[in-house]
Amino acid sequence: MTFVLNRRIINGSKIDSELAEDMVKAGLDRIRSCIQCGTCTGACPSGRRTAMRTRQLIRKALLGFRDEVLSDPDLWVCTTCGTCTERCPRKIDVTEAILYLRNLACQEGYMRPEHRGVSVKLIETGHAVPIDDEKWSKMREDLGLSPLPPTVHSYPKAVKEIQHIIKKTGFDKLINYKEGKNDGKT
Amino acid sequence: MMAKHRYSFFLGCVIPNRLPQIEAATRLVAPKLDIELVEMKGASCCPAPGVIKSFDKETWLAIVARNIALAEENGLDILVLCNGCYGTLIAGVHDLKDPETRARVNKILKGTGHQIKGTVTTKHLAEVLYMDIGMEAIEETIIRPIEARCAIHVGCHLLKPSDIRPWGVVEDFTVIDELVELLGATSVDYKLKDMCCGAGGGLRSAVLDVSLDMAREKFEAMTQAKVDCLVNVCNFCHLQFDVGQVQVNKEFGTDYQIPVLYYTQLLGLAQGFTPKEMGLDKHYISVEPFLEKIGMSV
Repeated sequence: MTFVLNRRIINGSKIDSELAEDMVKAGLDRIRSCIQCGTCTGACPSGRRTAMRTRQLIRKALLGFRDEVLSDPDLWVCTTCGTCTERCPRKIDVTEAILYLRNLACQEGYMRPEHRGVSVKLIETGHAVPIDDEKWSKMREDLGLSPLPPTVHSYPKAVKEIQHIIKKTGFDKLINYKEGKNDGKT
Repeated sequence: MMAKHRYSFFLGCVIPNRLPQIEAATRLVAPKLDIELVEMKGASCCPAPGVIKSFDKETWLAIVARNIALAEENGLDILVLCNGCYGTLIAGVHDLKDPETRARVNKILKGTGHQIKGTVTTKHLAEVLYMDIGMEAIEETIIRPIEARCAIHVGCHLLKPSDIRPWGVVEDFTVIDELVELLGATSVDYKLKDMCCGAGGGLRSAVLDVSLDMAREKFEAMTQAKVDCLVNVCNFCHLQFDVGQVQVNKEFGTDYQIPVLYYTQLLGLAQGFTPKEMGLDKHYISVEPFLEKIGMSV
């Protein structure tokens, strides 16, 4: 019997050899000590019911499979519960690594429309979950509370401060926010 | 006379804007424990660790710095009711201890009228109750013990990452069980007690099927354990369990009916407040069966 061994050839041009180093510089200093034991995957409550494999995401990132890992929808089924970080025998902050990769994914334009919606609300009101229907104010009054809480909702100047921060960090550009031209969908 | 325990009260988004019953209950029980909740005027979203920190860490850090600065202006440590806000604020306090990070973030804050100095810390309600107020002082305020079987859900970010938490343990954490049993109730063990509620990480907003499947598993285990109610210390878990229970029943064809209470609501009942004062008529899953069990009604 003859058979052919198919080797997967890694195309060098698709490899981002800087990615692992960037993660180290961002504070994930132990990421390279990963031994691929899979404890993270085993600890993951999302991985138990989805195709998400934490170990695989970390491996792909370390190998520099940038496009593959950043475009992977599984990056977004982590609840950030932190169990992987607690149990990692190499003391890698796995959850922070996932958050770092999510940041890069957003820079590449991989963002769920619902998440963009939450961001638009933050920019426009200072709350990711604002009072956007008077029924919530009525409910507050029913409970003997002020119709608006003493948060950004009561201080228009505070909303301006949030918008000032967002312009400075470029978050508005990151989510492609255009004043007055957002559907406000969440 | 000034209260013995004073904190900058951080509300976040979900409590004031979706679950004000938790805010109302907390504002009522606090004076009985000699706690003064000082407002953080103009506070914003913490911002949420599962979403905004997932999108851009620098924006997340600058906004959390502004919130912490408001507490510094009050001159009081932060008291927070939500595990998500707690996760953000405690990580913010930690990250901003680094002078270089603080200088960089203060540059971003320039023009807002706020600067961060690094003089306050953040405490979760559970920490304030257990460590600052103490079990004895809480016990003294109880006039009506609650005899019920409770499923405790602690929530992830109260405990993790453990290196910047005050507890010293991650598994076998009993603080919430002790606080609940102090009121006369029984904390009932159930399968997957330590598991995440499924709401965090941006799942409840964008990957709802996975999010609800996690909650479903917990509802099944709690139902098997024959509990009278679920007690939590995080409003986002609370939202997932109360609103999410209705969604789970619709999506999975189940009929779970587990009343969901935030700890201060249960504490308030034990302190003699009425179910209405604790906002128990504002819940999505009826709290009536639980109240009946303890001899009360809405």
